[in-house]
Amino acid sequence: MTGAVLQIEGLKLDYAVPGGRLHALRHVSLSIKKGEVLGIAGESGCGKSTLAAAMIGLTGANARQSAGTIRLGGQDMASLSEDDRRRLRGRKIAMVFQDPMTAFNPVLTIGGQLTDFQHNIEGLGRAEKRARAQAMLSRVGLSDPALIMGRYPHELSGGMRQRAAIAAALLLQPEVLIADEPTTALDVTMEAQIIHLFRELRDDYDGAMVIVTHHLGVIAELCDRVAIMYAGEVVEEGPVDAIYHGARHPYTRALMACDPAMIEGRTARLPTIGGALPDLRSPPPGCAFAPRCPLATDRCRAEAPPDVQLTAGHRALCHEVRP
Amino acid sequence: MSALLSIRDLSVDFALGSWLDIGARRQLNILSGISLDLVPGETLGLVGESGSGKTTLARAILGLQKLSGGTIQFEGAPLASPSDFARVRRRTAMMFQDAVSSLSPRMAVGEAVTEPFAIHREALADRRQTARDLLAEVGLRPEIASRFPHELSGGQARRVGVARALALRPALVIADEPTAGLDVSVQAEILNLMADLKDRLSLSYLIITHNLALVRHVADRIAVLYLGRLVETGPSEKIFARPAHPYTRSLIAAEPIPDPRRRRADLAIKGEIPSILRRPGGCVFHTRCPIAKDRCKTETPAPRREGAHQVNCHFADI
Ligand SMILES: Nc1ncnc2c1ncn2[C@@H]1O[C@H](COP(=O)(O)OP(=O)(O)OP(=O)(O)O)[C@@H](O)[C@H]1O
Ligand SMILES: [Mg+2]
Repeated sequence: MTGAVLQIEGLKLDYAVPGGRLHALRHVSLSIKKGEVLGIAGESGCGKSTLAAAMIGLTGANARQSAGTIRLGGQDMASLSEDDRRRLRGRKIAMVFQDPMTAFNPVLTIGGQLTDFQHNIEGLGRAEKRARAQAMLSRVGLSDPALIMGRYPHELSGGMRQRAAIAAALLLQPEVLIADEPTTALDVTMEAQIIHLFRELRDDYDGAMVIVTHHLGVIAELCDRVAIMYAGEVVEEGPVDAIYHGARHPYTRALMACDPAMIEGRTARLPTIGGALPDLRSPPPGCAFAPRCPLATDRCRAEAPPDVQLTAGHRALCHEVRP
Repeated sequence: MSALLSIRDLSVDFALGSWLDIGARRQLNILSGISLDLVPGETLGLVGESGSGKTTLARAILGLQKLSGGTIQFEGAPLASPSDFARVRRRTAMMFQDAVSSLSPRMAVGEAVTEPFAIHREALADRRQTARDLLAEVGLRPEIASRFPHELSGGQARRVGVARALALRPALVIADEPTAGLDVSVQAEILNLMADLKDRLSLSYLIITHNLALVRHVADRIAVLYLGRLVETGPSEKIFARPAHPYTRSLIAAEPIPDPRRRRADLAIKGEIPSILRRPGGCVFHTRCPIAKDRCKTETPAPRREGAHQVNCHFADI
């Protein structure tokens, strides 16, 4: 695809676990354009965080990429040395986590850390770096940035810490910003404010954003496109409007049906999906959702489903959908 | 109908500072002016952000937190002495937010679900059979009885929590964030299970949560707490259709809508919830309120009522 800042093709990743290898990503392809906001949704264990970590090259020691490519700005990440990859982090691609404490060292001030994060920028003195840091804190909506500069991470509230972590991620103006569950630990009013902040940022920051969350509401408020994951695969992907108003994959439909926020009136009994996730140490040969799918046929249980292009930009991994 | 639980003008204070300098102890007010009723068979949703005092209220009901004012009646009798609270705890079960860590790690599931009998010194004829029955009641297979908490999925751990809560056939179940951290499909299973059991065993629920989408479906009535004050109570359907208090309105408006065609233009509420150490005077919400006037800074609003709907605001239309 032209203009893709991040392009993932046929990515397979597994973790060494007791009893074998856990296939956390099983053939994932996605691409993200400049200026675009992509949401990644799905239930716990479907591989969202693994995919996000793979994008930034931070999967753990027991992870192995067994197939596929990840290209950042056209460059194959696998062809780079670990040192080169480290240099790309921050400058080309940055990440915000659910727990903003992971972004900071607890014994150093916010200001000191935001200044140090800029160590790779040449031609700027320490005072200028501090000024940039403070400007970025103000940009993310912290009302007294000079004061925040001198604070330690634990002295900030959860919402303020998350803003500071977003400032840290944006400091080097990365081309891709990945946020893994950025609002999950926050109260609803703080969550709303962080969504609002991301919206403002997308207007004046021309990089791409990837928002990983299990919260369908957050994606609807924020994203242009959404990828729905199940058992290590992207089972459906498309523009948010197409997915929220015309989901085609049976899993996407089931997932949306049981979210209480999706149900207009009041209902005492909510729809459920039934069954359980497959064991990713030995994924089924056919469609991973088949055992829980109301439409499943023998073919679904035996053969891996095709990636069906439904309309421009909308695809689903399913035997039973037709364009 | 006579109330199962009736709370009048309850207040709770915490002692601040070292317990050594008893004479100089400062009091920090946590809850004040809380009045609530729960009738048998009803589900009350207690809503508010973290730090609003939801869990403290639950602990006060169970006698785990000393009251500094007000009264609680349970099944028609006032709660005062330790033996009164022992009675409440016998008739009330708690479901905790973190289902796995609320179970003892070295206790097998079968033992955990029957532990309430031991705690309350209730006779138990056949412990293994009772465990199997309780597990069946929440849709778990009997083999689960020999598993340990860390061997359970999130949904299974919640079910075990429900089974344990039901062991002594309580009249009231207090559920603190019963589905936090669960996927929506598993959350739906747990909520359906709770609804089935409520009908079958005519339970009442006090559901403590900040999840409005959930409360809208399960609660008959809602009570909204802000910084330890009740700001609005009333029938759930009415409050969601026409929230009267500006804080309730902001909470509902802050909830992201899972529909890209209805994106919020303005994600409501500004600023952060103040620390309970610096609770604003007058109306507690005035520092973040979009309609606050001078009066709100100094005068605590008296409750205004229309039927079962009550709002504590000088300017709300009710
Ligand atoms: N470091 C690891 N070692 C072994 N297995 C792992 C590791 N990290 C994740 N997994 C497994 O890989 C699968 C995908 O996990 P991942 O964390 O990517 O899911 P997720 O979609 O982010 O879930 P959640 O919504 O719970 O955050 C799961 O089965 C998980 O147990
Ligand atoms: Mg994750």
